[in-house]
Amino acid sequence: MAFAHDAPERGFRLSQLIYDTRYRSLTIQAVTMILVMLGVWWLIGNLLDNLNALGKTFDFGFLEQRAGYDIAQTLIPYSNDSTHARAALVGLLNTLWVSLLGCIAATVIGVVVGILRLSNNWLIARLMTVYVEAFRNVPVLLWILVALAVMTELTPSPSAYRGDDPAAQMLLFDSIAFTNRGTHIAAIEFTRGLGVINTPLAPISLNFVAFALVVIGSIWANRKLRAHAARVQEATGVRPTIWWKSLLILLGPAIFLLLALGITFSLPVLERFNFTGGLNVSNALVSLWLGLSLYTAAFIAEIVRAGILSVSSGQSEAAFALGLRPNRTMKLVVLPQALRVIVPPLISQFLNLTKNSSLAIAVGYMDLRGTLGGITMNQTGREIEAILLMMLIYLLISLSISGVMNLYNRSVKLKER
Amino acid sequence: MKRTVCLGALAITGLSAGFASATTLEDVKARGELNCGVNSGLVGFATPDANGNWVGFDVAICKAVAAAVLGDGSKVKYVPLSSQNRFTALSSGEVDILSRNTTWTFSRDVDLKLDFAGVNYYDGQGFMVRKDLGVTSAKELDGSTVCIQTGTTTELNLADYFKANGMEYQPVSVDTNAEGEQQFLAGACDSYTTDASGLAATRAAFANPDDYVILPEIISKEPLGPAVRHGDNEWGDIVRWTLNALIAAEEYGVTSTNVEELASSSENPEVRRLLGQEGDLGAMFGLDADWAKRAIMAGGNYGEIFAATIGESTPIGLARGLNAQWTQGGLLYAPPFR
Amino acid sequence: MSDLHAQTVPYVRDTMLPEQSPPAAQSGAVRWLRENLFSSWFNAALTLLGVAVIYFFIAHYFPWFRHGVWNAASLQECRAIIAEKWGPEASGACWAVIRERWNQIIFGFYPTELYWRPILTFVLLFVAMAPVLYTQLPRVLLWGTVAYPLVAMWLLWGGSIWPVVMIAFGFMLGGVILRIVSRWSALGALVAAIVVPVLFWAFLMGPIDDDLSYIAPIALRPIGSDQFGGFLLAIVIGVGGIVMSLPLGIMLALGRQSDMFLIKTLSVVFIEFIRGVPLITLLFVASTLLNYFLPPGTNFDIILRVMILVTLFSAAYIAEVIRGGLAALPRGQYEAADALGLEYWRAQRLIILPQALKISIPGIVSTFIGMFKDTTLVTFVGLYDPLKSIPDAIRNNFEWKGIYWEPFIFVGVIFFVLNFAMSRYSMYLERRLQRDHH
Repeated sequence: MAFAHDAPERGFRLSQLIYDTRYRSLTIQAVTMILVMLGVWWLIGNLLDNLNALGKTFDFGFLEQRAGYDIAQTLIPYSNDSTHARAALVGLLNTLWVSLLGCIAATVIGVVVGILRLSNNWLIARLMTVYVEAFRNVPVLLWILVALAVMTELTPSPSAYRGDDPAAQMLLFDSIAFTNRGTHIAAIEFTRGLGVINTPLAPISLNFVAFALVVIGSIWANRKLRAHAARVQEATGVRPTIWWKSLLILLGPAIFLLLALGITFSLPVLERFNFTGGLNVSNALVSLWLGLSLYTAAFIAEIVRAGILSVSSGQSEAAFALGLRPNRTMKLVVLPQALRVIVPPLISQFLNLTKNSSLAIAVGYMDLRGTLGGITMNQTGREIEAILLMMLIYLLISLSISGVMNLYNRSVKLKER
Repeated sequence: MKRTVCLGALAITGLSAGFASATTLEDVKARGELNCGVNSGLVGFATPDANGNWVGFDVAICKAVAAAVLGDGSKVKYVPLSSQNRFTALSSGEVDILSRNTTWTFSRDVDLKLDFAGVNYYDGQGFMVRKDLGVTSAKELDGSTVCIQTGTTTELNLADYFKANGMEYQPVSVDTNAEGEQQFLAGACDSYTTDASGLAATRAAFANPDDYVILPEIISKEPLGPAVRHGDNEWGDIVRWTLNALIAAEEYGVTSTNVEELASSSENPEVRRLLGQEGDLGAMFGLDADWAKRAIMAGGNYGEIFAATIGESTPIGLARGLNAQWTQGGLLYAPPFR
Repeated sequence: MSDLHAQTVPYVRDTMLPEQSPPAAQSGAVRWLRENLFSSWFNAALTLLGVAVIYFFIAHYFPWFRHGVWNAASLQECRAIIAEKWGPEASGACWAVIRERWNQIIFGFYPTELYWRPILTFVLLFVAMAPVLYTQLPRVLLWGTVAYPLVAMWLLWGGSIWPVVMIAFGFMLGGVILRIVSRWSALGALVAAIVVPVLFWAFLMGPIDDDLSYIAPIALRPIGSDQFGGFLLAIVIGVGGIVMSLPLGIMLALGRQSDMFLIKTLSVVFIEFIRGVPLITLLFVASTLLNYFLPPGTNFDIILRVMILVTLFSAAYIAEVIRGGLAALPRGQYEAADALGLEYWRAQRLIILPQALKISIPGIVSTFIGMFKDTTLVTFVGLYDPLKSIPDAIRNNFEWKGIYWEPFIFVGVIFFVLNFAMSRYSMYLERRLQRDHH
């Protein structure tokens, strides 16, 4: 026992910094710290030297200058007189927009394909396997380019709609026209509209706000109605018939509002070169969206399949034994358990899709990389600032998506007692 | 471990760091190779052939400079650049010359810190449309869809032109000329706009060029020329005067075939100075006396290069136009070699 | 009981009936069809839909394939041949472009007469990987694996052999010093094993290299990076990136699990940063920004720069894969290592990492597949990837202007075959390893 006390009493020696596990981690961290700081200092020093040698500065003033270029598809008002900052914002919104659309489509396709791959229909299961393997094993860039080629080569040009006996016909009462420039869809307009509020970011249509409020109100009222029906069922054992009330509550006010505002459709009209009027969805967006969603859907299908397989068959057998019908079994027993397995990798696929949307340049869709990291960078020659800013924005998007994932993970975590 | 492997890789492949030499000239000489930034593919100007050998009008400038500096026109490493990354490649030192149909503008010269060594092609932006569209003037393009390469001056010109004429358009952005062609041929845009020379080159390469017309309007001035980094004036001088030597050679009738002969026989003092028989021009910027002779022999004088790559006898079939010698009514005017 | 039975039943058959085949609806193709294709109305509808889709594809695209032309010098000639053979309206594939330019899609602009070098490198890759994948092979072969990167570099880029030998010698020197000096001081050994080779490379390598090259000029024809392209480039970047990222990825994974706050923070920041930005922005950093952060005048090869960034990129993903492997190890393994009194590195080297890496192999393979597919993005920094740049370059020639689908299909099929094979192999590994574990 006495020996055990002896050693530490000899005081602190320098060699303890290396050999004593109590201090070693401190030493390693200090050395790492110094090395990292030296490295950063070296990099920044080089950067400053290089900038000096070129006579350049590091500032973000260029964002306030006039951009001078046009962007085909914008979600907020933009012209070539807007600033580079606004062009970047347009690009960012375009990135988010195509990512959002892509995530929705990829999830829908992926879930359907994943379930069909487990189908007992031999042909369909094989077809789905072919789809999944074909899309997973080939670069996404190829699918985006193929989608673009399909969109431009297989659709008619606007001139095909011209003449007495046109080669192409518009669909749905002249409301949709597919051309090799884009898809033109009838837009909704109001003759007695409520006007718009102009904010610096984007004009907000009061019609839209009113419609959204009415829809939210209807949904809320409908939930109240259903809750009431459930209470009656609990109390009396008979569920009152509410489907027509529910339908009325959901659709009535919305339709009334639309009629009150004087809804009309502005149809796309063929002019000298192109269709004008209505909504114009460019082929660049469609092909990027298609390429990204079909590619990502193949991965999601695998995730969904694995998730469903991970729920042991005893679970669904038990549910059948309880007399649940197959779709209720799916909804109440299998899915809640499968989702816990499915959602984390699903969200990382969303993350991949968002990052892959930076391939937009291949089809000429002006996303964040196309505006800030492309034209703006090139016209102003501010590569360092532009690329750093772009990376930062992508990082923020990614971190927020993973933040959502972590929240979800926490909420569905098995509550262990 | 990883770091040393990288260093090792550098050493092995002989690609290693030309660490911090003072001037580009010294760098190039030490490296034994000229890094030249060219278009990643524009027929006639710069394009790799089936064996990966680069050919074209812009490529010839690289060859001439390499011949002048290194004595061998083949000692060039071609770095294909898109319109988006070309300036960065130059200013970061990845290339020594940017010879990639680049327009000389104020902001590029001053703000982007490039130095344009001169103009090797006087160009202007034009439009190409399908003939059956029935358009005869760019003023009729209101409401049309226009294919445009991103990151170019043409993009800004296009915006200005349509605005000035009170017209609307839908841009279809493409990254390279190849994509632009593909989109235009597929009909994804009504017109394709880029430099008129590029349009001619593109149109010439179509399966049926007669179905397309280039509209008469030239909406901008596009003086295209090789650029170097700002701040290394000696290197800029070398590129500038190599270009001038090619132009002057045409003016004085010096060609790749008769250059040897003229060097010994010519009585014209300007030719004698150019070819290093008189004076000591080469030594003034650190080259030997035969620099211009080698540059001319590498691919011929300006006229020979033009004729071989984009001239009327090639499929591209560009007329000399503004790019004729000043004596022929063009704009090419080499300052005196004195 | 049996009496009763015999008496109560008036007639009992005492011979077996001959076996009969099941009804037509319950056997053979019909039964299979009923069970697998038409088991319900919904399934029948799906089947018909599937058949319709298959028919649509075959009806639309089969003629195109069938009309394919293999022998032609240009697209115009292809079209002429098709028009002559199948009528003016027929469309067909022009495979002649593949026949004429396949070598560019595979090798880029690598000199034709030197194709044996990349091919040999590729074959040697499997030789080098064999001892890693098949533990039955003698362990001596691992030295070949270690030497492979240097050999591959020499074969691909060419040049004198002596710098390669010098570099290998430096590593050996380091190894020997580590062995010898660690008898006295472990830390001193580590420092010496790093400092001496670096000094050797920095000061002695140049002169010795010059002398040796003078005495015995063994060299391959040097090939510049600008001549790399196509699948050669994709494989060089993909394999190089993955190989270099493995050690870095392991360090990051260990760092992320470390108790030391600073190390852990640095690892997490690095991993999350790299995983949070698209690869294309990192490639942009390689092509544009990297030079700004290096000493003025530094300029090195773009392929190498891209490889460095690709390495950093895949290291972050590999780190996450290995972290999964580390987490999957039973706690007892760590405790056993502690109980044996092994210090950190020894425990990692002898107990933890061998098992964790084994578990991680499928994940590493799928990271590699992703990586390999992503190498096509180098087209955006001006390198000749097989998918976009090379076909664009082919289209830039007058003969092949306007050719579009054929190179895509060719490249797509090659990517598919390589990646499909790798993913199947990794699934096989996964199954084999799972069995080992139980």
